[in-house]
Amino acid sequence: MIEFLSVYGENWSTWQPPMVSAIWVTLALTFCAYILALAIGLLVALGRMSNSAMLRAICKGYVEFTRGVPTLVILFLIYFGLPGFGIVFDAFWAGVIGLGIGMGGYIAEVFRSGLQAIHFGQREAALAVGMTPFQSFRYIMLPLAIRIVLPPMLNMLILILKDSSLCALITAPELMLFAKDLASTTFLPMHLYLLVGVVYLALSLPMSLVARRVEARMQAGMSR
Amino acid sequence: MTLTEKIELYSITLVKGAGWTVSITLLTFCIAVVLGLLFGAVKAYGGKQTYSSTFTLKETLSYVLARIAIIAINIYVEVFRGLPALAVLFILYFGLANVGIRLEPFTAAVMGLGLIGGAMLTEVFRAGFGAIHGGQREAALAVGMTPLGALQHIILPQTWRVTLPPIANYAIGLLKDTAIVSAIAAPEIMFFARNLVTRTFDTEIIYILVAILYFCLSFPLARLADRFEAKALEGAR
Amino acid sequence: MAEPLLKVENLHKSFGSLEVLKGIDLELAKGEKIALIGPSGCGKSTCLRCVNFLEIPNQGHIYLDGELFGQKKVGDQYSQMSEKELARQRATIGMVFQGFYLWPHLNVRDNVAIAQIKVNGMAKSEANDLAMDMLKKVHMDHKSEEFPERLSGGQQQRVAIARALAQRPKLLLFDEPTSALDPELVGEVLNTIHELADEGRAMMLVTHEIAFAREVADRVVFMDGGGIAEQGPAKDIIDNPQNPRLQSFLGQMLERN
Ligand SMILES: Nc1ncnc2c1ncn2[C@@H]1O[C@H](COP(=O)(O)OP(=O)(O)O)[C@@H](O)[C@H]1O
Ligand SMILES: [Mg+2]
Repeated sequence: MIEFLSVYGENWSTWQPPMVSAIWVTLALTFCAYILALAIGLLVALGRMSNSAMLRAICKGYVEFTRGVPTLVILFLIYFGLPGFGIVFDAFWAGVIGLGIGMGGYIAEVFRSGLQAIHFGQREAALAVGMTPFQSFRYIMLPLAIRIVLPPMLNMLILILKDSSLCALITAPELMLFAKDLASTTFLPMHLYLLVGVVYLALSLPMSLVARRVEARMQAGMSR
Repeated sequence: MTLTEKIELYSITLVKGAGWTVSITLLTFCIAVVLGLLFGAVKAYGGKQTYSSTFTLKETLSYVLARIAIIAINIYVEVFRGLPALAVLFILYFGLANVGIRLEPFTAAVMGLGLIGGAMLTEVFRAGFGAIHGGQREAALAVGMTPLGALQHIILPQTWRVTLPPIANYAIGLLKDTAIVSAIAAPEIMFFARNLVTRTFDTEIIYILVAILYFCLSFPLARLADRFEAKALEGAR
Repeated sequence: MAEPLLKVENLHKSFGSLEVLKGIDLELAKGEKIALIGPSGCGKSTCLRCVNFLEIPNQGHIYLDGELFGQKKVGDQYSQMSEKELARQRATIGMVFQGFYLWPHLNVRDNVAIAQIKVNGMAKSEANDLAMDMLKKVHMDHKSEEFPERLSGGQQQRVAIARALAQRPKLLLFDEPTSALDPELVGEVLNTIHELADEGRAMMLVTHEIAFAREVADRVVFMDGGGIAEQGPAKDIIDNPQNPRLQSFLGQMLERN
C-alpha cells in the first residue's frame, strides 16, 4: 500500500502540470457541450410543440436519433466521418458538438415534460386571483417549471462531465487522454486511471450532492 | 467495388458485431438487475431496526452488519455513479493487468458495465420499494407469508410499475454504452467498425452504417420503454 | 378452568431507550372478546403486534392454543423461530390494520384469495370461492372485481376483514379498525365486526369506540404506562371505573363523542 502510494509522490511533479491543464480542458468541454445541449434542447422542445407538422416530425426524429445512437458513434461520425464531406473540426470542438448533440435530445425531453406537467388550471387559478398573464407566468408557471426541470438538468451536467471522457477516443486533450497517454509511456496504468477516477469523483460528487439537495427541496415545495 | 457492394460487405461484418453487442448487453443487464435488486432491498429494508440495549449478541451483530452493509452499498453506488464508464473499464482491464490480474476484454467489459448498472438500479429499486407503504409488507406477514414471499407476491409486483420505465431506459443506455468497450478491444459493433475503418478507410460509410445499426437495435427497446412509461402514468392516476 | 386460547406472559418491548411494554400478562379464552383501550401512545398497537410477532418482544412469551408462538424452546433456552415457521403460525391469526393496507395491484377478490393460494397452496378456484364467501360475510361480494383504490375507506376495511377471515384464524386482532375512517363510514365496519363477534369468534380489539367496546367485548383491558392498569367485565369497567386515570380517560372519550 505504502509502496503503491509512494509512486504518486515520486511522479507528482511530472504528472501534476499536464493533469491540471487536462482538467481545464475537461471542464471547458463539459461547460461548452452543456450550453450547446441546453440551446438545442430548448429549441427542439419548442419545435415539438409548434404548429408545423414538419417541424414537429424533424424534432421528434432528432430526439429518437439521439436516444438510439451512442454518443461515441456521434463523436466518431463528426471527427472521423465529416472530413470525408469536407467538414473538419479539431478534436475539442468535435467533442463539444458531439456531446451537445448527444445530450440535446434528452434535455429536450426534460424541457417538454416540465412544460407539460403544468396544468392549465394552475394558470387559470392565477388569472382568477387577479394576476396578469405575465405575472401568472412569472410567479406560477415559471417557478413550477423550474421545480420540475432543475434536478434532471443538474443530472445532465454530471452525465456530460462523465461522457466528456469519451473525447479521449477522438484525441481531445482532456483528462482521460492524459491518463491514457501517460499510461502507455510509464506503464503505470493502475496509478493513472485510479488518479483520474478520483478526479472525476471529486468533480461529480459535489454536483450530485447539490442535485439531490435541490431535488429534495423542490419536492418538499411541490407537496406543500 | 460499387457503393452498394461496400454497404453489403460492411453490413455483414457489423451485424456479426451486433451479435456480440447483444450478448454483452444481455449479460450485463442480468448482473445489474441482480445487484440492483439485492442492494436496493438491503437499502430499503436493512435500516429499519432501531437499536435497543436489550439486544442479544446475535441481534446486535446482525444490526451492526446491516448498518455496515448499507454504508458499503452507499459508497459503491456513489463511486460507480460518479465515475465515467471508460475509467472503470480502463481500471479493470489495463489497471488490473498491471498488478497481475489479467481479465479478458469481454469479461472486463461485462464486469465494468455490470457494476455501473448495479449502482444505477440499486437506486431505482430502492425508490421502488420505498414507494410502497410498510403496512403492505406487514399485512402480507400477517396473513402468513414469509418475508421472501411478501417480497415476491406483494412488493415486487407493485414495484414493477414504478421501476420498469427506468429499467427499460437503463437498458437502452446500456446498449449504447457497450460502444465504449471497443476501447478495451472487447468485440462488438464499434470494435468491428474500427477494424474495418483501418483496413478500408471508408470512414463515413462505416460509421453511418454503425449509427443505423445501433438505432435499429435500440428502437424496439425505446418503444417498450414508452409503453411502460404510459402504463406507469396510467397507474399513477 | 379450560386452557386459554391466547396467553401473553410477561411481555416486554422497548424501542431504543423507550420502554413501551413493561411486562404484560393477559389471557384470552376461546370465543372471548377483549377490548384494549388506553391513551394514545400507551403501547396498545405494540402489544397487538407482539402477539403475532410483527414486533419481536424483548422478553416474555406468547402461547396460542397452548403452543409457544414465534419461539422455540430447547431445554430451558428460548430461541427465535425461522421466518418460515413463524409465517405458518402467523397464518393462524388474522389481523386488521388501522390503515387497511389492501394491496393496490390486486383486485378485491385476489386480495382475499392470494394468501390462501400462495401460503396454503389452495387451488385457485377453491380460493376464489372461499374469497367470495368471505366477501359475502362482509357484504362486499358485489365489488369483487374492483381495485381497492376505487372503494371507500369503509369498504376497504371490510375487504381487509374478509382477507383476515379467509385465513380461518383462531384469533382476530383489530388495531383501531375505524380510526382512519370518515365518521359516516364507521358504522358499517363496526356492524361487520359485531356480526363476527356474534359468531363467537375470539378477538382482541384496540379501539377508541368506548360504547362499541362496552357492547361487544366480554372484557375490557385498560393499558397505561406500559402495563395493564385495570381490567374486568366490559360493563363494570366502563360504567364503574376505579382507576383515576381510567376515569379521566373515559371522561375525555365521552366528551369527544
Ligand atoms: N417501530 C417503532 N420504533 C420506535 N418507536 C415506536 C415504534 N413503534 C411504536 N413506537 C413508540 O412506542 C409507543 C407506543 O406506540 P403504540 O403501541 O403505537 O401506541 P398506541 O397504539 O397505544 O397508540 C409510542 O411512543 C411510539 O412512538
Ligand atoms: Mg396504535
